[in-house]
Amino acid sequence: MDRTGSRIRARRLDAKIAQRDLAQSVGISASYLNLIEHDRRRIGGKLLTQLAAALGLDPALLAEGADAGLVGRMRAAASAADAETVEAAQTADLAARYPGWARLIAAQADQIAALQQRAQMLEDRITHDPALATALHGVISAVTSIQSTAAILTGDAKVDADWQARFHRNIFDDATRLAQTSAALIAYFDAPANAAPVSLSPLEEMEQALSQTGFYRPAQERGGTATADDPQLSAGAAGLLADYDARYHADAVALPLATFLPAAKAASYDPLRVSAQMGRPLAQVMRRLAALPAQDDAPPLGLLICDAAGVVRLLKSVPGAGLSRAGLCPLWPIFTALGQPGRAVAAQAVLPGTPDVRLTCHAIADVIPHPDGPHMPPLIEATMLLRSDDGPAAAAAVPVGAGCRLCPRTNCPARREPASVSLAITL
Amino acid sequence: MARRVLLIEDEPNIIEAISFILSRDGFTVHTHEDGETAMDKVRAQRPDMIILDVMLPGKSGFDILRDLRAEPATATLPVLMLTARGQAKDRELATRLGADVFMTKPFSNAEICAQVRALIGEDSPRGDVARDATA
Repeated sequence: MDRTGSRIRARRLDAKIAQRDLAQSVGISASYLNLIEHDRRRIGGKLLTQLAAALGLDPALLAEGADAGLVGRMRAAASAADAETVEAAQTADLAARYPGWARLIAAQADQIAALQQRAQMLEDRITHDPALATALHGVISAVTSIQSTAAILTGDAKVDADWQARFHRNIFDDATRLAQTSAALIAYFDAPANAAPVSLSPLEEMEQALSQTGFYRPAQERGGTATADDPQLSAGAAGLLADYDARYHADAVALPLATFLPAAKAASYDPLRVSAQMGRPLAQVMRRLAALPAQDDAPPLGLLICDAAGVVRLLKSVPGAGLSRAGLCPLWPIFTALGQPGRAVAAQAVLPGTPDVRLTCHAIADVIPHPDGPHMPPLIEATMLLRSDDGPAAAAAVPVGAGCRLCPRTNCPARREPASVSLAITL
Repeated sequence: MARRVLLIEDEPNIIEAISFILSRDGFTVHTHEDGETAMDKVRAQRPDMIILDVMLPGKSGFDILRDLRAEPATATLPVLMLTARGQAKDRELATRLGADVFMTKPFSNAEICAQVRALIGEDSPRGDVARDATA
């Protein structure tokens, strides 16, 4: 239904202009304007231009309402806020009536999502910096020891002199250790005040945009092929997003959500089982699994796609995995798959830590003929799906790392460079 | 006979403090600092309960708990899990693996004594225990 008339009425009331006065200013009767405002008469052309001018608005805004992309971002902001008090049904009206405020809401939501992603990246990095993890563990241990020991000394029960001396010495040792560790931690986190803002590559920009919906693309699920304009994206990122959406659309057509989701659930989100059951390529099934809408029982699933040179083309991280596109550990199963195209690899990967982090990985490399013909080298693309694994350590688990500079595995045969121990503390 | 508590923890001063307060409460406390050989110690010691740290050298407390629950002789042995990591994920994992109580560091002495008494003390039979002391 065309809501142009409703928008005219809303803006007229906002501007506190009487219906009679507005009608008079554009040379029509008040009763005719009343019919227009209740969407009982279609409006366009010169009259729409005149009414927009009288209301001080862009005619396109009155005719088309708010930009669909903007409304979508506002709805995403409302759902992310998880607030039942947000009048989500009126989002389009709000965007049409107050476009400036609407852009501000959408921009702030984008900014929050970007900051959350940045925080997640930093959290992953912190989680996998062994020196930092050791230092933080040392702080908590020292505080625990001091608190417990001090409680013994200040309690009502009498403590004999030998134990008192021993506990005093323990508190002194712990306090000294705490002071040293605290000083080192402050130096570690003391970033320069004038540090340059982080600039993202077009790929990272695109992944940041996708992460707002967990890589799920509702418009493409509904059959849309076009990518909505996002003014926040650079031209390079917008191009990459359009490519992503085109492939997403093709995947959604091949594996419609209505049949794919129940099959994925029934197979406990195991890509090999879903692939066998639905008769579709494993890489396509893994891409679909990594872009499912949020489900109560679905585990977080990460995705890594790389080319024959091992360069990451798409990265959706999973909590705890500590993946970054630079300096990936060559022992990840995706690189095993790259060496044997067409053959699926399933392995448990283990990241160092106490306790260690275990991930179930499925990977496969596909050979894509070069578009110029078989005399040209084929293009190879490898895809890996990751999920957290709380089960026991597998006998054939693959020890991987978050990159050589952060990895504490000193005897790793795949090490490219020494580890950078950024927090030199003896605990 | 005094009830025996096996404390598996690698921080010497925490070991000393916990050992002191539990001994004062009438428990016999044995200690062990290494994750890799913890199960050997459990089999040899046959304690009435275990206080188990998560971050241990050699093997994590989660893996030790998994081993405990897999062995018939220790499948129902009361375990109080102690960790510096209070994340919900760790809490859920500890509960799923069969920890009776999950406590985060720093803890209060009174709380840890109360939990040990509740698990194996004379006054509170096992089973009448809150599963998460820090929730």
